Amino acid sequence: MGMEVRTTYREISGRSPQFYTLGVIMGTFFLLGLASVAYVEHAGHHVTGGSNQIVWGIPDVFAMLLIVSASGALNVAIISSVFRVKLYQPLERLSCLLAIGLLIGGLMILILDLGRSDRVIVAMLNRNFKSIFAWNFYLYTGFIAIVTVYLWTQMEPRMNRYIPAAGLFAFGWRLALTTGSGSIYGVLIAREAYNSAIMGPLFIAMSFSFGLAVYILVLLAACKGSGREIGSVLLRRLARLLGVFIVVVLYFTAVQHLTNLYAAGRGGVEHFILFDGGLYSLLFWGGQVFLGGLVPLVLLFRSSRGGLYPAGRTVALAAALVLTGAFAQLYVIIIGGQAWPLTLFPGMEVSSSFFDGEIAAYTPSLPEIGLGLGGVALAGLVVLFGTRLLRFLPTTLANSVLDPQPTAPAENS
Amino acid sequence: MSGNTNKLDAPTGFDPVRRKFLSAVTAATGVALAPGVMLYGITRPSPATANVANEAVANAARWGMLIDVGRCADGCDACVSACVEENGLEGHGRPATDAQWIRKVEIRNPSTGRRQSLPVMCQHCAEPPCVDVCPTGASFKRADGIVLVDKHRCIGCRYCMMACPYKARSFIAEDLEDQKPHAPRGKGTVEGCTLCVHRVDAGRQPACVEACGDSGGGAMLFGDLQDPQSEISRRVASHATRQIRADLGLDPGVRYQNL
Repeated sequence: MGMEVRTTYREISGRSPQFYTLGVIMGTFFLLGLASVAYVEHAGHHVTGGSNQIVWGIPDVFAMLLIVSASGALNVAIISSVFRVKLYQPLERLSCLLAIGLLIGGLMILILDLGRSDRVIVAMLNRNFKSIFAWNFYLYTGFIAIVTVYLWTQMEPRMNRYIPAAGLFAFGWRLALTTGSGSIYGVLIAREAYNSAIMGPLFIAMSFSFGLAVYILVLLAACKGSGREIGSVLLRRLARLLGVFIVVVLYFTAVQHLTNLYAAGRGGVEHFILFDGGLYSLLFWGGQVFLGGLVPLVLLFRSSRGGLYPAGRTVALAAALVLTGAFAQLYVIIIGGQAWPLTLFPGMEVSSSFFDGEIAAYTPSLPEIGLGLGGVALAGLVVLFGTRLLRFLPTTLANSVLDPQPTAPAENS
Repeated sequence: MSGNTNKLDAPTGFDPVRRKFLSAVTAATGVALAPGVMLYGITRPSPATANVANEAVANAARWGMLIDVGRCADGCDACVSACVEENGLEGHGRPATDAQWIRKVEIRNPSTGRRQSLPVMCQHCAEPPCVDVCPTGASFKRADGIVLVDKHRCIGCRYCMMACPYKARSFIAEDLEDQKPHAPRGKGTVEGCTLCVHRVDAGRQPACVEACGDSGGGAMLFGDLQDPQSEISRRVASHATRQIRADLGLDPGVRYQNL
């Protein structure tokens, strides 16, 4: 096996101004999120941007961003323990913690955006197993439980030999989870924008990219905030991996739209999303494809060309752009897909007092954005206090202590 | 043994505070529970007062509707007004969020210019997508084909609204007042046409059908699609009728003629 480099993990300091500042900012957003919920619960959802036309608004965009990212944040741990890339081994723990935090944040938004959040217990006691939502209840809560066990195998030395098995199981589970999330939309026969089996694989591709982007940002912030070194070897590998994932998302997006364009009856909705959907078309081309796809690709690959290592700032910028594109993509899928009217009478022009045949309008309201940011803040708080309380972060990620081998080849050592 | 004796002997001293506290707690519990017990007694149906609503529904019938679009006049909304009146659906003047259980849809064929007007409501599918996607089972189909929402089980996730191809459901986005006892509704839950289940169970016709016959064009016919002798079955058998989006294979219970 060659030289075994032992990683030392250490909690972050609870006395630094960075810790307090982050804690106060995220705590404030979390409380604002709860206040938004209280307001909407009291007044009713008519104070949101939602309507009988757009039934899932921007909170669901935030929730899906967090949940899809959660399964992808596990990438790094999986690559280490399932695919045995030793370079990523010191990063496993943070990967699991981030996955749990993001999922909790997303789940909070989903639950608190319900019309009757107080009836969560009803949802637990009565389940209809034909519903993807009911399945997701198990997939989401199971994910938290499984990743917790996976984390335990990493943090408890006596359990270390079970890491590959736990990792493999978590990998299978996360694939099911993301397929379940994509299928929420994919199974809707009446929604022309996304009634397609590709939604599952598309969401898996998205999770790889979004989750890694969040991971990179959190890792860079944590290292900077706690004075830990992060070596160029690791940074370059993460940057290239993110680049590959961006391409995969663009590929699946192209397939999604091309197949829909090929179906004669779907031309209308595709034309709407891609060309004359106003904000949605702008978000698609400008947000998802350009800012969230092409620009970070150039940033990531140009700077690592010719042996040059990308600077931490460049990688962080690329990751932030990927997440900007991610938000745009989910906004277009979830809200743009609903804005396009249902087709009751194919080939006919229709109108009614109930907005039949009309493009639905939607403007996000402050309480909805507040709830969404509250969920993001909760995810952040879980990670902040997690790294404060337990040993998630290695003391250093400098080149000198990392094993740069992509696999563990026998003849090289 | 001696330990036990001591324990029994110990509290011989009378503690007035403790006794007072216990009596107060007992009294408070009684006051809190009594109204509930009373109400339970009042509302519990005795065998004599048990009504049809407490009986299980049989699958002996499949309730459905036949709408003759040729007799449905553009501009007539007798069915819509009757539904609003019957079920207490007066809105808040906010069209985007106000509930609509039945609406008039105007359609125009762009190639011929032909116009038609017809009512659309919950189509009471035999294979309802709203029931499939509902996580809690709040959306359900009765044995007689009527698709309903159990307002006590609905968590307001709105997935059924995403799944319904007919835009038949509404989400209650604000407080309601003056609800009809036979059509309970609740903020934060989803609702839709019940086919006037309270009337059907009492052997009557849905309010929209009645109003269409009284003051509309007499375009709507309600009946049992499973009974070959019913008028609706005979007309469906002898005339060309259509289901909206029949291509989806949901087998709606609402049929259209001359569409």
